[in-house]
Amino acid sequence: MLRFIKGNLENIDGVAIYPIISLLIFFIFFVGLFFWVITMKKSHIEEVSNIPLENDQNNQSL
Amino acid sequence: MEVQKFYYDNKIVRNFIYATIVWGVVGMTVGLMVAFMFMFPNYTEGISWLSFGRLRPLHTNAVIFAFVGNAIFAGVYYSTQRLLKARMFSDLLSKINFWGWQLIIVAAAISLPLGYTTSKEYAELEWPIDIAIALVWVVFGANLIGTLIKRRQRHIYVAIWFYLATFVTVAVLHIVNSMELPVSFMKSYSAYAGVQDALVQWWYGHNAVAFFLTTPFLGLMYYFVPKAANRPVYSYRLSIVHFWSLIFIYIWAGPHHLLYTALPDWAQNLGVAFSIMLIAPSWGGMINGLLTLRGAWDKVRTDPVLKFMVVAITGYGMATFEGPMLALKNVNAIAHYTDWIVAHVHVGALAWNGFLTFGMIYWLIPRLFKTKLWSISLANLHFWIGTLGIILYTLPLYVAGFVQASMWKQFNPDGTLVYGNFLETVNQIMPMYWMRAIGGSMFIIGMLILVYNVIMTIKSGSSVTDELAEAPELEKVTKKQTKSEGYHTWLERRPVKFTLYATIAILIGGAVQIIPSLIVDDYIPQISSVKPYTPLELEGRDLYIREGCVGCHSQMIRPFRSEVERYGEYSKAGEYVYDHPFLWGSKRTGPDLHRIGGKYSDNWHFNHFYDPQTTSDGSIMPSYKWFIRDKHDRSNIVGKMEAMVTLGVPYTEEDIANAEASMDEQAAQIEQNLYSDPDFANAYEADKAAAAENGEEFVEMRDREVVSIIAYLQRLGTDIKVKTEE
Repeated sequence: MLRFIKGNLENIDGVAIYPIISLLIFFIFFVGLFFWVITMKKSHIEEVSNIPLENDQNNQSL
Repeated sequence: MEVQKFYYDNKIVRNFIYATIVWGVVGMTVGLMVAFMFMFPNYTEGISWLSFGRLRPLHTNAVIFAFVGNAIFAGVYYSTQRLLKARMFSDLLSKINFWGWQLIIVAAAISLPLGYTTSKEYAELEWPIDIAIALVWVVFGANLIGTLIKRRQRHIYVAIWFYLATFVTVAVLHIVNSMELPVSFMKSYSAYAGVQDALVQWWYGHNAVAFFLTTPFLGLMYYFVPKAANRPVYSYRLSIVHFWSLIFIYIWAGPHHLLYTALPDWAQNLGVAFSIMLIAPSWGGMINGLLTLRGAWDKVRTDPVLKFMVVAITGYGMATFEGPMLALKNVNAIAHYTDWIVAHVHVGALAWNGFLTFGMIYWLIPRLFKTKLWSISLANLHFWIGTLGIILYTLPLYVAGFVQASMWKQFNPDGTLVYGNFLETVNQIMPMYWMRAIGGSMFIIGMLILVYNVIMTIKSGSSVTDELAEAPELEKVTKKQTKSEGYHTWLERRPVKFTLYATIAILIGGAVQIIPSLIVDDYIPQISSVKPYTPLELEGRDLYIREGCVGCHSQMIRPFRSEVERYGEYSKAGEYVYDHPFLWGSKRTGPDLHRIGGKYSDNWHFNHFYDPQTTSDGSIMPSYKWFIRDKHDRSNIVGKMEAMVTLGVPYTEEDIANAEASMDEQAAQIEQNLYSDPDFANAYEADKAAAAENGEEFVEMRDREVVSIIAYLQRLGTDIKVKTEE
């Protein structure tokens, strides 16, 4: 029954480039994300993270 | 800047909460009905629309899309308005969203018990309902994005990103997975076949969990937990990392539902790798949620809302640790097809979705009705009975899964299976099924306590349908202001660009996995002896789909010694090329059926459908007496075959022209085979004579449903046994 089994992607020309592209996408994505987050301003973070707590004026004060 | 007065729309939130509660009770009750069928398989005997195979998808759909779905809308409509300081974009769109969604649920609640199903898990609804879902979903998205555009809050809080990602991704998933060719009103065939269909389905199925049960609820967590604890989220930076890495990684993990199946290895391994990575963002989110309570843990002791939320987040943490573990191939080899998976999803559903919803309801209802919660102690009682219910539901099923898998795999020294009879492994875990049903009952009792408490709270308060708020209009952003801002600050102000990037992030994974399977010609190695189903078998297959057999029987033998010994030669990708849709299944409450063809006589199947317990002592399969009684409507066979041709199944014109004759011939042969049992012959002839005597119409056995389903079962998995000249 082994005749039914064969590599599915081996026949594509230049398939070796795909794993390299994948690695690059990932590496760049997460390095970028990390850089993005650590360079955020403290004051901005403070402001944004308090948005949910802002509108406690009306019948929110239970 | 001028301060504007406006009103929050509380009525729509209230309506969605009512719907959440009503459908929650319905969905959980159906679940309990189904749970008791494991002990009493025939308590709805003879009522086709109350059989296990049809109720099981009703339970899953009701809980996922009706209970959790309405809870999502309730939470999103409440928090979005407040986070953006604006009323929803359009009251009309809100109403269409609400009533459209309820209509879809009603359509599901009617059509699923009647057997209208595509059989693809969590996507069972037939094509007209699929179209309605897509339309209502777009209405929801338009309303959400419209509100973003007219917002009075410059920056978009992290919860809103989760809602946006939910909207975009669910739209993509739903459309791609629902590609189907209608053959009549309420009947269609999946555009994909076999392995491709499986890959697309579990890309969808896994990400339905990700983007329907997880991302919107994470958004709710990021809003309601800070609200209830009255302090900001632990780390806003962490929430950014959480969001982007979660949506980027989640979308790739689908193939872990297909480990050791006929799916190509590279796709399986990709799914495993990404599933392991998923621990990081999931636990990042969980920790962020729990640490939001820093310095407020004393409140958790007294506030039932926070109690529910803490258990919900803990459940999320447990389920997202377990998920990657289950995605390891060696663990999956044990857990797949067993009740372990059922336990796993219920940690997610009961704890994460259920408890977060309950916490949200207990927090919202008093605020929507300007009052206090009627009874704190009843809410506490709900909390404890619900928590015990979750434990009593899941722990026995973990044991059941592990015990049964071990029994399936146990060999004698001489190389034969210790438990060759599948039923021995079922009987062993019956006590666990009992405990599960008791745990589930406790969870529902808790739900009923909530209903009572909510009704009493509403009675003691007065409804605020439109809540006054005020906020200044947004200033135009000037160059000077933005000169020193960071990139994310810039992106946060631009919802459209933001949505676009999120879409790209989720499309990459889907594209890499699915596109090769659709464009590479050689993707599925052909097996020349595999031929399309005969017309009668095709009709039988549709009965198999209608009854939801796939809920308990897999058609996928994994390449393990224990499975080959029990069921026969393991399954090959090339055997499924004509299967629109695929029917691999994901749970073995009963044995695998891929090599059932030729294993038993036609009479055995006949008797088994009539009364499973006579052929298989101790079986928990319900009887299918209507198969044996009902005439089979095969009038649309030409339409069905032509649809199959459109999808690439090589029926010739001659095949289609001869369909009726071919069906008659094959059915007559099966009828003749049935006559080999004298008991059958006597009973059948007596029935015939009685009908003639009373002048009643008599349906010949060859025209009844049972003949078609026998034809299909006897064909299953036999094609590769045909000797070819190769």
